[in-house]
Amino acid sequence: MTFLILKREFIDTFKGFKQVLPIIFGVVMLVSWSIVVIPKNFYTSIFSGNKFTDPLFGAIFGSVASGSPITSYIIGGELLSQGVSLVAVTAFILAWVSVGLIQLPAESILLGKRFAITRNIISFVSALIIALLTMITLMFL
Amino acid sequence: MINKILDKISPRWFFLAAVLVLYLFLLFVNFSLTKEAIIGSVQLFKQIIPVFLLVFTFMFLSKIFFKPDKISRLVGEKAGLKGWLISIIGGVLSSGPIYMWYPLLADFKEKGMRDSFVAVFLYNRAVKIPLIPMMIFYFGLPFVLVLTFYMILFSIINGILVEKFIDFKFKN
Repeated sequence: MTFLILKREFIDTFKGFKQVLPIIFGVVMLVSWSIVVIPKNFYTSIFSGNKFTDPLFGAIFGSVASGSPITSYIIGGELLSQGVSLVAVTAFILAWVSVGLIQLPAESILLGKRFAITRNIISFVSALIIALLTMITLMFL
Repeated sequence: MINKILDKISPRWFFLAAVLVLYLFLLFVNFSLTKEAIIGSVQLFKQIIPVFLLVFTFMFLSKIFFKPDKISRLVGEKAGLKGWLISIIGGVLSSGPIYMWYPLLADFKEKGMRDSFVAVFLYNRAVKIPLIPMMIFYFGLPFVLVLTFYMILFSIINGILVEKFIDFKFKN
């Protein structure tokens, strides 16, 4: 009896998982595509040294970028050494790890369009606010 | 005719087809980049296999042990502080790419998980404990501590806002 229940639940889970496979395959391929199409040195070229636009550009391009967070740290470290402001770099890293435009279609299909769009917009604004707050807090430490 | 066919295609297959079109487009523009992207995809697939199995196991176990009433108690409308803590800790501890967790969260959402907690879980995926030493190496300990504190704090604010906005949109 228990075995039959387990078997039924396993088949149910498998069927459910099979449904999401095209989405997972799609996202993985899209992530890989975007990594190849957007070269790493592109990110270093978007900052101009402007105190107001740099954080905004950082958050925008961080949102579009995808891949391992390690890559964002490496690019962020490189940007800091080139004199890009900490606020811009923080916004860039935060948007990279919390906003996912590449994953947005998958998030919309599985968790709901309204949820996915609202969550990503709020995460984008948060990236800018946290970047600013982090810099202010560090000034007082 | 085309509209009828499009209506029959589910969004998930449509999405995969759109990605394949992007690959085809890249193939016409630059063959070596396409090859690189395909190799990258295969490598990424290999990397996510353990997470794949982990999420599958979680989904299977949740089907057995987490019936809707339990999900509702832990991360549902009446979960309270416990729900926030579970979502924060779950998000921080979960590994692998964010999209691998969408199926499990969708399943939990269907069983009664609050939108707030889904958003909190997803936001805390940005706090990566295994990568903290690397972050310290690049940005220093004070930066990492301050940033992590704000990320966890804002995950809660985000969770509240996401639900408020969704409710607001529904009511209007």
